[in-house]
Amino acid sequence: MIKIRQFIHSFGWPRIIIGLFLLSLFILAPFFNVNVATSISDTIVRFGQNGLMVLAMVPMIHSGCGLNFGLPLGIIAGLLGGTLAIEFNFVGPVSFLMAILLATPFAVLFGWGYGKLLNKVKGSEMMIATYVGFSSVAFMCMMWLLLPYDSPTMVWGYAGTGLRTTISTEGFYLHVLTNFLKFRLGETLMVPTGMLLFFALIAFFMWAFLHTKRGTAMTAVGSNPVFARASGIDIDKTRTLSVIMSTWLGAIGILVYQQSFGFIQLYMGPFYMALPAVSAILIGGASVNKASIVNVIVGTFLFQGIVTMTPSVMNSMIHTDMSEVIRIVVSNGMILYALTRKSEATR
Amino acid sequence: MAHTGVPILELRDISKEYFGNKVLTDVSFSLHSGEILGLVGENGAGKSTLMNILFGMEVIQQTGGYAGEMLVAGQTVRYQSSFDAIADGIGMVHQEFSLLPDFSVAENILLNREPHTRSFVSEVFGDRLDSIDRKTLVSKAETAIGKLGVSIDSSTPVGTMPVGHKQFTEIARELSKDSIRILVLDEPTAVLTEQEAAILLKAVKKLSDEGIAIIFISHRLQEVVDVCDTVVVLRDGKVVHNEPAAGLTIEQIARWMVGRDVDQSRTHRAFDYAQAPPVLTIENLWVDMPGETVRDVSLAVHKGEILGIGGLAGQGKLGIPNGAMGLFPAGGKVVFEGEEIALNNPKNFLDAGMAFVSEDRRGVGLLLDESLDWNISFAAMQVRGKYLKRYLNGMLQWRDEKSIQETARHYIDALQIKCTSSKQKAKELSGGNQQKICCAKAFALEPRLLFVSEPTRGIDIGAKSLVLQALRDYNEKSGTTIVMISSELEELRAICDRIAIVTDGRIAGILPANHPSEDFGLLMVASPKGATEVTA
Repeated sequence: MIKIRQFIHSFGWPRIIIGLFLLSLFILAPFFNVNVATSISDTIVRFGQNGLMVLAMVPMIHSGCGLNFGLPLGIIAGLLGGTLAIEFNFVGPVSFLMAILLATPFAVLFGWGYGKLLNKVKGSEMMIATYVGFSSVAFMCMMWLLLPYDSPTMVWGYAGTGLRTTISTEGFYLHVLTNFLKFRLGETLMVPTGMLLFFALIAFFMWAFLHTKRGTAMTAVGSNPVFARASGIDIDKTRTLSVIMSTWLGAIGILVYQQSFGFIQLYMGPFYMALPAVSAILIGGASVNKASIVNVIVGTFLFQGIVTMTPSVMNSMIHTDMSEVIRIVVSNGMILYALTRKSEATR
Repeated sequence: MAHTGVPILELRDISKEYFGNKVLTDVSFSLHSGEILGLVGENGAGKSTLMNILFGMEVIQQTGGYAGEMLVAGQTVRYQSSFDAIADGIGMVHQEFSLLPDFSVAENILLNREPHTRSFVSEVFGDRLDSIDRKTLVSKAETAIGKLGVSIDSSTPVGTMPVGHKQFTEIARELSKDSIRILVLDEPTAVLTEQEAAILLKAVKKLSDEGIAIIFISHRLQEVVDVCDTVVVLRDGKVVHNEPAAGLTIEQIARWMVGRDVDQSRTHRAFDYAQAPPVLTIENLWVDMPGETVRDVSLAVHKGEILGIGGLAGQGKLGIPNGAMGLFPAGGKVVFEGEEIALNNPKNFLDAGMAFVSEDRRGVGLLLDESLDWNISFAAMQVRGKYLKRYLNGMLQWRDEKSIQETARHYIDALQIKCTSSKQKAKELSGGNQQKICCAKAFALEPRLLFVSEPTRGIDIGAKSLVLQALRDYNEKSGTTIVMISSELEELRAICDRIAIVTDGRIAGILPANHPSEDFGLLMVASPKGATEVTA
């Protein structure tokens, strides 16, 4: 009994309630002719697609920069890497590797500038971060048209210049991770092993980093910057490093997303990408200055599970297509809920 | 001045406890109309608590009220809130200004008591829409200022005025209340220049001539002797002396303030300065620490000694270690073991082999949300590279949980830290145990010189002696030089070899710790001119 109570305490009531809700959706699903296997498969795929972008929250939370609402900046670095890899005509798995390599310098550069900016606005990072994300998206809306891309697979057909809003990754890095060691259980349940392994690998690196000297310093900077300073830590440098890491993870995250989803979405595509990631990690039990890898995994699974299941089950229940409305209500409701619970972190 | 008749204020056996900690014991004195009573005592002697009781502050009721009786004009009173006290004609001027900077002097003086006239609108909608009678407002304010005998333009916004004038505005606000009978001035001259202070003292005299009774709290004993009729000395919550001011000397008052029954259990150890070369020299240090400005400090610390730095609050003693470490902007020269330490970066200070236990436990000293083992090991890990496993030629520095645990357990045992486990969060410990964690953190750095700032602030007597004992032991066992900064002189005298007193951002003097208390008391209140250094 005490064990159970301890478990509930450490796992946190919100997660248990959301978990039970998700479970009840899975139980209800067959009664409304929703295929459970497909639903599970969808949830796992969405988990793999979004996991790294949720992981991108972790470094900045640890260093006290708050939630990375500026995730679109990292995503833009990833988009640049992806489009450049296609522009240079890399194909197959090599194109994915090149996309990561080409995105990295952009992510480091953007992250460095973004970090410098956040160091100047200590205390209101999240507000500034939001607008960094928004304005970088707006700026890139112009750049996608103006940059001298000329690969026929990407530019507008009628003008021959300017990138299209959606670009297929087919023939380039479509499903390069998803198909690696992929297996099926029965007719409809598909497990994208490679994508999950890739997430696990990066998450392991993150976990390992937090156990190093620098990682420990990063956590302390987030926990009490004055304490860290009095222990000889350069706070600004540590914070900048964390922002670079978050930005890079955002870049890698979007590439993983694209290889599974099948399309590169430019222009307004990255605009709302930050909020689902933010709410996922908060639902996972993180707070504004504490987050662990477990928070990422639990949060992404619960959030994506709810977002997958609620619309399909609800739609079948009321026989109207409300999926988009429900998706928005659910995901924003969860963000709202998560933000009001921001002080109650569990480890 | 002889006083007859019923005293305007009489305190009878006032006692007060905070959570079992006795801060006032049987305090009795009386105050007559037109009398100026000087209330003096060290920090923590109970002056503020006494004034809080007098002014009916809520903190008193919230912590269980007080024992004893308070009579105002012969009537027993027991205020439930400061509004009662104000209604009874008691006015208080606090150390911190409570003024609205964008309002004019006159508006500030009569804030929320503005004279108003009825208008058509207020006839319809009630009193709250009365219009303010500016003419009467200004004339009332000017009368109040006039009572002080100073000239201040009542239309100036308060924010643009020098501090002295703000202080006068505060006092004028109390005076503008018609019923004012007792006025409490808490350190009114602390922020003033000498000329301003002189004007204020004149004003205080003038007020007393008009029949207002005044309680004058000050650390500047010369003022107390000059202006007061009676001097009440509080020490450890007791009235130790209550005498007419006439004929008293500053020396006498200083001795009464600090001289208590000295703890005889520890004896002053003979420290051989000839054998111990200076290990740390500080030259012309200035530190811009808010409220604790250091102006010009030069100091030599000898190897293996325990040097105490004392002085009254706000004089700059806390600024010395904070500045040397680089937590606040500082300038000057700090040389440790022959190497000059570049200021303004804590890393240099720590790398040189020094450590600092901050007076701000919760703000600087601890990671409140992290476990005890992290708190203890973090600084040593980052600065000295301890508790790390190295892989790949040191490229990868991995946290060694096992040795962190061992260290934490070692210090928890050695310092008798009360906790459930080394995984408990720092914020869950009591103040004394938190302080021990801070010490453990510094010990783990294995410093050759340790600054300890206010190690016993806010912890109970039992924990105090444990912390002090731990410091003394550490000094004796490992030969670490310790510089201890404390507001409590007796604490410094108990464990230090020498004590430096800081006054007005400068060293007023350094004396061996076995000198009589009053010598230190004198240094605290003396002007820093003629500073003496004795290293016998």
